[in-house]
Amino acid sequence: MAAPMLRLCCPGRRWALACIDGCSRHRRGAPNGCTSSRRRGQSSVAQQPFITAQKPRKGEHEWAAVVGLEIHAQISSKSKLFSGSQVHFAAPPNSLVSFFDASLPGTLPVLNRRCVEAAVMTGLALNCRINKKSLFDRKHYFYADLPAGYQITQQRLPIAVNGSLVYSFCAGKNRSQVINKTARVKQIQLEQDSGKSLHDDLRSQTLIDLNRAGVGLLEVVLEPDMSCGEEAATAVRELQLILQALGTSQANMADYEIQRQINELENGGEILNETRSFDSKLGCTIPMRDKEGKQDYRFMPEPNLPPLLLYDTESLPAGADPQQVIDIDRIREQLPELPSVTREKLVQQYGMLPEHSFTLLNEVGLLEFFQNVMKETRAEPKKVTSWVLNTLLGFLKQQNLAVSESPVTPSALAELLNLLDRKAISSSAAKQVFEELWRNEGKTPAQIVSEKKLELMQDQEALEQLCHAVMEGHPQVVMDVKKGNPRAINKLIGLVRKATLSRADPTVIKEILEKKLAS
Amino acid sequence: MQFDQSKCSVLKGFVTIKDGCAHVVPAAAVDLYFCSVSPGPCGGRLSTRTMLGRTLREVSAALKQGHITPTELCQKCLSIIKKTKFLNAYITVSEEVALKQAEESEKRYKKGHSLGDLDGIPIAVKDNFSTSGIETTCASNMLRGKGYVPPYNATVVQKLLDQGALLMGKTNLDEFAMGSGSTDGVFGPVKNPWSYSKQYREKRKQKSHCENEDSNWLITGGSSGGSAAAVSAFTCFAALGSDTGGSTRNPAAHCGLVGLKPSYGLVSRHGLIPLVNSMDVPGILTRCVDDAAIVLGVLAGHDPKDSTTIQDPVKPFVLPSLTDVSKLCIGIPKEYLTPELSSEVRSLWSKAANLFESEGAKVIEVSLPHTSYSIVCYHVLCTSEVASNMARFDGLEYGHRCDIDVSTEAMYAATRREGFNDVVRGRILSGNFFLLKENYENYFVKAQKVRRLIANDFVTVFNSGVDVLLTPTTLSEAVPYTEFIKEDNRTRSAQDDIFTQAANMAGLPAVSVPMALSNQGLPIGLQFIGRAFCDQELLTIAKWFEKQVQFPVIQLQELMDDCSSVFENEKLASVSLKQ
Repeated sequence: MAAPMLRLCCPGRRWALACIDGCSRHRRGAPNGCTSSRRRGQSSVAQQPFITAQKPRKGEHEWAAVVGLEIHAQISSKSKLFSGSQVHFAAPPNSLVSFFDASLPGTLPVLNRRCVEAAVMTGLALNCRINKKSLFDRKHYFYADLPAGYQITQQRLPIAVNGSLVYSFCAGKNRSQVINKTARVKQIQLEQDSGKSLHDDLRSQTLIDLNRAGVGLLEVVLEPDMSCGEEAATAVRELQLILQALGTSQANMADYEIQRQINELENGGEILNETRSFDSKLGCTIPMRDKEGKQDYRFMPEPNLPPLLLYDTESLPAGADPQQVIDIDRIREQLPELPSVTREKLVQQYGMLPEHSFTLLNEVGLLEFFQNVMKETRAEPKKVTSWVLNTLLGFLKQQNLAVSESPVTPSALAELLNLLDRKAISSSAAKQVFEELWRNEGKTPAQIVSEKKLELMQDQEALEQLCHAVMEGHPQVVMDVKKGNPRAINKLIGLVRKATLSRADPTVIKEILEKKLAS
Repeated sequence: MQFDQSKCSVLKGFVTIKDGCAHVVPAAAVDLYFCSVSPGPCGGRLSTRTMLGRTLREVSAALKQGHITPTELCQKCLSIIKKTKFLNAYITVSEEVALKQAEESEKRYKKGHSLGDLDGIPIAVKDNFSTSGIETTCASNMLRGKGYVPPYNATVVQKLLDQGALLMGKTNLDEFAMGSGSTDGVFGPVKNPWSYSKQYREKRKQKSHCENEDSNWLITGGSSGGSAAAVSAFTCFAALGSDTGGSTRNPAAHCGLVGLKPSYGLVSRHGLIPLVNSMDVPGILTRCVDDAAIVLGVLAGHDPKDSTTIQDPVKPFVLPSLTDVSKLCIGIPKEYLTPELSSEVRSLWSKAANLFESEGAKVIEVSLPHTSYSIVCYHVLCTSEVASNMARFDGLEYGHRCDIDVSTEAMYAATRREGFNDVVRGRILSGNFFLLKENYENYFVKAQKVRRLIANDFVTVFNSGVDVLLTPTTLSEAVPYTEFIKEDNRTRSAQDDIFTQAANMAGLPAVSVPMALSNQGLPIGLQFIGRAFCDQELLTIAKWFEKQVQFPVIQLQELMDDCSSVFENEKLASVSLKQ
C-alpha cells in the first residue's frame, strides 16, 4: 500500500492562460521567504543562500561569516513529480498541464518513480543516509502560480539526510594548491516546482504559465559550513557537476545565473548579524523573513500520499513487483563516476596538474572535447591540455561561446597537434592555423598549412644559406656574440626566422648559427 | 427484550420497545409500492411501477428477461424525479445523458451482452463527485458561479458507467459536504421523503396536530441527503454519497436506507471533491444490503490514480445468506450509550442486541475508551484538512471569481468570501488556526495521536474476538427542518456525527441498516462497524439483520397522488406490460 507507485501517464492538456488584472507585482510570502531568487526565467537550478554570522564569544572580536545554501535542482524526468504531464522546456504556455497540475478538485498526486530514483541516486552520491521511510507534507501559501494553494514537499522526513559534499578549490600563488573542503548536506527533499507568473506591466496583468507547475525538484540543503562566497560558489559548482554526472538534473544554469549567483555569493562575504537572502531585483541582500514567523506555511502531512517506502537487497519483500518497489542497492550499483574521481583519474593518467583537471570539468563539454582530441592525437597530454585550456578556452571565452559551439572540432585540433608534434609546423604557425580553423571555412589544418605555406623549412642547405646571409648582413651583431653577449644570438635567430617567414624551427636555426659562429 | 444484564450492565435501564413502535411490515410490501396504480406482480406481469421497489438483482433479471427495458425504467425514474422535485434531492438532472445511456443499454440487452448487474439501472451521484461534462457544484457558489464542468469522471462514477448504469443526476448536499442535515447548501435544504409517507402522516394525524404539514417537513440528515432522498423516493436504485464523518450513514438512517461506508482505501477517492482526504470514502446508499454489496463489488479495488487504495485485487463476491449466527460475536461499545441518545433508539439498539443473542450469537459489552475524545479530534483534523483542501479555490483556474481587481490578494479574499458560505469559511478559519506553527503541536499533532488511540481501541476490540460492533447510527430519528436549524451547523455536526465519525477516524467499514419505525413513524437505523477490509463480512451480518427486522417500505402513494395531477394521465402512458 505504501510502495511508491508509478503513475498512469495521461497526456497533458492545454489550458487557457489565466489573467489577473492589476495583480500586485511582488510576491509576498514567497515560498522560502526571499523575494524571487528562484523565480528565475530559465535556469533549472537556483539557490537561496542564507548567510549568517556566528556570534563571537566574549572577548573575541572577530566575526566569522558562514554561508548555508538551499539549492533547487530540477529533476531530469519525462513527466512531472505527481502527474503524467510531460516536462519540456520552452513548450507553448500551459500546454503541459494535467488536471492535477491545474489543481482541479478531486485530483490526487501519484508519485513519479523516476523522481524518487533520482533523489536516491543524488543522496547516495552525496553520501547521505537514505531514509527507507519518508513522508510528504503540504506547505501552504497563496500565490497565483501555485494552483493548489500549497506545495507538496518533504518537511518532516525527507528522502535523504546527513550527507556531505566534498568540494575542492585551488589556492596559493599559482592556484596550484588544491584545498579540499566539506559542506554537510542536511537533507535532500523531493518537492514540486511552481508555475510561472509573467507580469504584463503595460496592461497591468499577470499571466500564469503552469507548464512548470508540478515539475519535480530536488532541494539540497547545505549546512552553513562555507565561510565565504567563493567557497559557496565552488560548492554549488561541484554539486552541479555531480548532478550532471548522475543525470538526475541537467543543472544547466544560464551563464548569467551562474555569474549572478557567484557574484552574489562573493558579495555576501560581509558580516551580517541576521539571516539574509539575496534579492535579485534589488541586487543586494535583504533581511529574510522569519520562515515560520511572519510567513506561516501551516505545514500539514499530505494525506493523499502514503509514506514512501524504499528497500535494500535485504529488506526487499519476496515476490515484490519490481515496478512497484525501489531497491537502494540496485541504484547504488548504477552510480556513474563522480567528478572527483574523474579529476583524480586525469591527474593519474595524464600527469595533469590538479587545477587543470578542475578547469576541464568545470566547463561543460570541455572534458569530452579534451578526451576526443586525445583519442586522435599523438601529441603529449600536457601539450593537449595546454592547447585546450589556453588556446581553445581562451577563444571561447573571448567570444562568449560554449564548448559545444566551438568552430574548431576535436578532430581538427588533434590533426593540428599532430602536425606540431611531428614538427611539420612551428608553434607560431600552429597558432596561425588555429586562427584559420576558428574562422571555420571548412578547411583542414593540412590544407591551411599548405595554402599558407606554413610548413617548417626542412631544407637544411637553404637554411644554412639564409643563416649565412643574415650573418653577412649583420656583422655588428656577430661581433657582439663573439664578444660574449649570449643574448645577441637571439637577434640573429629572429632575423633568420623573419627571413623564412616564420617557417623555420628556431632550435634548428640556433644550431646552425652556433655552428657557424663557432667556426 | 433486555440484554442479559450480567453481560451488559451498561445497558440496564434500557426501555423495552413499545408495541406498535416498530412498524414491521411483511416483506411482500416491497412489491406493493405503487400497487394501487399498477397491476402489481400478480399474474406474472410486471410493470415499471412495481419494478421500482425491487432489488437490483430482481430488476437486473427482469431486464435480462426483457420484462422491462432500460429506457422504460429510465423514463419512469425521470418522471418520479419530476414529481418529487420539491424534495430538492437533485441539483442537476442529467435526463439526456440517462436516456442516451438507457438506449445504449437497451441495445446491449437486445444483443444479450449485458455488462452486469448494473446495466440499465438508474443511479444518482452526490454532487461532489466529478462527472465529465456534467456540472458539479458541491452545492457551493464557488463552483456553481461559473458552472464548473469537470473534464473527467471520478473513478467510482466511471466504474458505474462502465457497468452500464444510468446516471440520473447529481444530488444535493451541504456545501462541500460540510454538514449533517443537507440543509446548508446553496440550493437549499433537502426534504426527507418520509415527511410525506403514509406511515408518518398517519402518526401525525393521530396526534391531532393542526400544524401546516408542509412547513413541518423533516430533514434527511446529511451531508449526502440528496442521494438518500433520491433512493428513498424511488428516483433511482442506488446512489453514491460520500462519508467523512457519517455523511452517508446519517441520511441513510434518517431515510430508512442502507448506508455503507466502505473501508478507507477500498474504494477510490479520485474525482471525489475532498472534504478530509484522510477520512473521505465514497459511500453507497441503497434500499437493501444486497444492493449495497453489488455496488461495492463494482466500486472496490485499486485505482492507480489514488495512491491510498489497496493494491490487493478485490474478488467479485455475492453475499451469502447467513442462517447461523451462533459463531458470531457482537460487541456493544458501552461508551456509545450517551445521555443524548433518544430512548427509542436506545431501546431499538437493545432489541437488536437481544435479537442476536436470542439467535445464539455472543453479545458482549466492549469498551472503546477514547470515544469521548473522538468528535473533538475529528473536528481538529477535519477543519485542518478543509483549510488546506479549500486553498485551491482562488478564482484563478476554475469556479467563481469576483469582480475586484485591485490586487491578486484582494481578488482572492473577495472571491472566497463570495464563494463559500459561513460554514465553510468558519471551518477554513479554524483549520488554519490549528495549523499555525504555534498551535500545530497542541492541536493537530495531539488530535493525530488521539486518532491513533481511537484506531487502536478498535483493533483491541476486534483482536479480542469481536466480529462486528453494533451501535446506533444517530441519536434520534429525523427532526423537522424548523427544529434542526435552531442549532448551528457546528453544533449539529458534533451531535450528529457522534456515533459515526470514529469509523472514519479508524478507516473501518461501517453500515447503517434501517431497523424499525419510531413512534412517529420515522425510520431508525443501527450501525455495524467491522474490521478493516472485512466489508463483505460486515455486509453479510448486516444482511442477516436486515432479514430479521423486516423494515417496512416507505408508503409514498399519497405523495404521488397529491403532488401530481398528471400522474393519472401519465400512468396510462407509462404502464407497460411485458412478459
